[in-house]
Amino acid sequence: MTAPAPAAGAAGAAGVAASGGMLRPPGSEAARGSVAARRFSFWYGAKQALTEIDLDIAPRTITALIGPSGCGKSTFLRAVNRMHDLVPGTRHEGKILLDGRDVYDPSVDPTTLRRRVGMVFQRWNCFPKSIYDNVAYGPRINTSLPRAQLDQIVEASLRRAALWDEVKDRLRQSALSLSGGQQQRLCIARTLANDPEVLLLDEPASALDPIATQKIEELIFELKRELTIVIVTHNLQQAARASDYTAFFYLGRLIEVGSTERMFTAPREERTNSYITGRFG
Amino acid sequence: MTSTTIERPGRTGGPGTGPPASTSARRGRFRVRITGSAIGDRVYGAAVTAFAICVPLLLLLIAIEIASAGWPAFRRFGFSFLTSSAWDPVKGTFGAAPAIYGTLVSSLLALLLATPLALGVAVFLSEFAPRAIRQPVAFLVDLLAAIPSVVYGLWGIFVLVPVLRSPVMPFLRDTLHLGGIPLFSGPAYGPSMLAAGVILAIMILPYISSVSREVLLAVPRSQREAALALGATRWETISGAVIPFAKSGIIGGIILGLGRALGETMAVTMLIGNRPQISASLFAPGYTMASLIANEFSEASGDLHLSALMAVGFTLFVITLIVNGIARWLVWQVSRSAGGRAG
Repeated sequence: MTAPAPAAGAAGAAGVAASGGMLRPPGSEAARGSVAARRFSFWYGAKQALTEIDLDIAPRTITALIGPSGCGKSTFLRAVNRMHDLVPGTRHEGKILLDGRDVYDPSVDPTTLRRRVGMVFQRWNCFPKSIYDNVAYGPRINTSLPRAQLDQIVEASLRRAALWDEVKDRLRQSALSLSGGQQQRLCIARTLANDPEVLLLDEPASALDPIATQKIEELIFELKRELTIVIVTHNLQQAARASDYTAFFYLGRLIEVGSTERMFTAPREERTNSYITGRFG
Repeated sequence: MTSTTIERPGRTGGPGTGPPASTSARRGRFRVRITGSAIGDRVYGAAVTAFAICVPLLLLLIAIEIASAGWPAFRRFGFSFLTSSAWDPVKGTFGAAPAIYGTLVSSLLALLLATPLALGVAVFLSEFAPRAIRQPVAFLVDLLAAIPSVVYGLWGIFVLVPVLRSPVMPFLRDTLHLGGIPLFSGPAYGPSMLAAGVILAIMILPYISSVSREVLLAVPRSQREAALALGATRWETISGAVIPFAKSGIIGGIILGLGRALGETMAVTMLIGNRPQISASLFAPGYTMASLIANEFSEASGDLHLSALMAVGFTLFVITLIVNGIARWLVWQVSRSAGGRAG
């Protein structure tokens, strides 16, 4: 039984297997929240957006998905919690495994899946409700907890999202009265209230100023101790700063994946090198 | 020589690390900067200001005109003009209470019937309908608004009233045992408050549903995604995120329908029975202010009768204003509690 080691040092050991079908044998105890793709392909209508993605994401790590616009990184992220389900004309092949189980299996309830795999979007999308009601939204629709317990969940979630001290005196105020950075952290708190195992972040800081971005990054780093985090980012510095592993997508294919340190210092693929040195993208 | 430049304010919410999107109110607005001599602009400004003043002025003139024409009746009967049920042109006593009551009750009934139906149509068309049938169905529903009022009246007389009289009213009263409630008691007349309410409901349905449909379609995708990503089912997404987001717009649509219902004349006149009485039962005939005016104006005998009809018109005008005022206030309240979004 291995304790969830801080992944920074033991780069390759616990973490992401190289692409190309080589599967790391599952750990003896496998902490909850491992995500894996197996020859996963995805189509919008006739247009293929992802081609045979193989990717393993270990629990309690931060994996950054990078690549130029339209490379499929967001499509992949949304496939993990089946956000494509309601988009007409989409289809997939292959599997995405959450703790070893295919999320597209007919027996999987997508609403249960989305509770376990939370998602935060590029543009904060708080509901036009009070701060409290925003955080309580998930627990309310998914459970019927007594008020006192709901209060606890709201406080705990806001604390985990590093927002409690800023909003504790105005939980009844509209969420839309908060600043952009606060709203984004509120969206993270709202997702955490469902107690997910995996947190998907789709360019969570791309519309924020540097200070708010830094807060989000610090928050993500804190959350890594409890959650598996997958973050799509256009910002290469952010990927380099904040992630343990980096996966480079290009034209719907996963080109290269490895520890962030290696990816940014010694990429194996020429295209990865070109992208991270800014020659295209 | 006048040159005008239009500046787009800083892009909000784009990628990059620019200043954060400050307020949503700024989005989409353009700042117009005018340079150079501006005589043309002043003329233009004065002209549009004059046009803008014309409309409230017209409203005010109409109000003054009707009020002064109705003044003799108001002075003669005082407050009892609004509370008395005695409307007898022969004796020269005029009390508008039955017509006021009938207007309010028939409109309220229409709202109660039409709102759930219209919302259902709007939710279906905006959320569930396949693209192929969305447009045709929306078009057909909107077409309801294009049918002339008198045609609704005819259809009501020949189809709706017989149906209400034979299966519907006895069914409500006897089969469902609702007869104990005053609303559903008494003999089943054909022309009745119920008939007027039902026809009004059909007539205002397209207004409520098309406004609701538009505001539901305008709910940002991000709101739906937010609810879905939190584990909401499709129905929970619609009821918990989409409809609340669109609430103030939907209320606006309902108000629009109410405004239509209050003033609707021809179809109601043909179906309500035109009897100036206040009856607790919806099965009994009634009267509305609009149908009262329409029925009696052409054969108004004497100045007092005419003045009484004008006074009824003024009352209808004021009630409509009050209802619209309440509605505005309601929309404002809702949008304010929703966090300052413009309604």
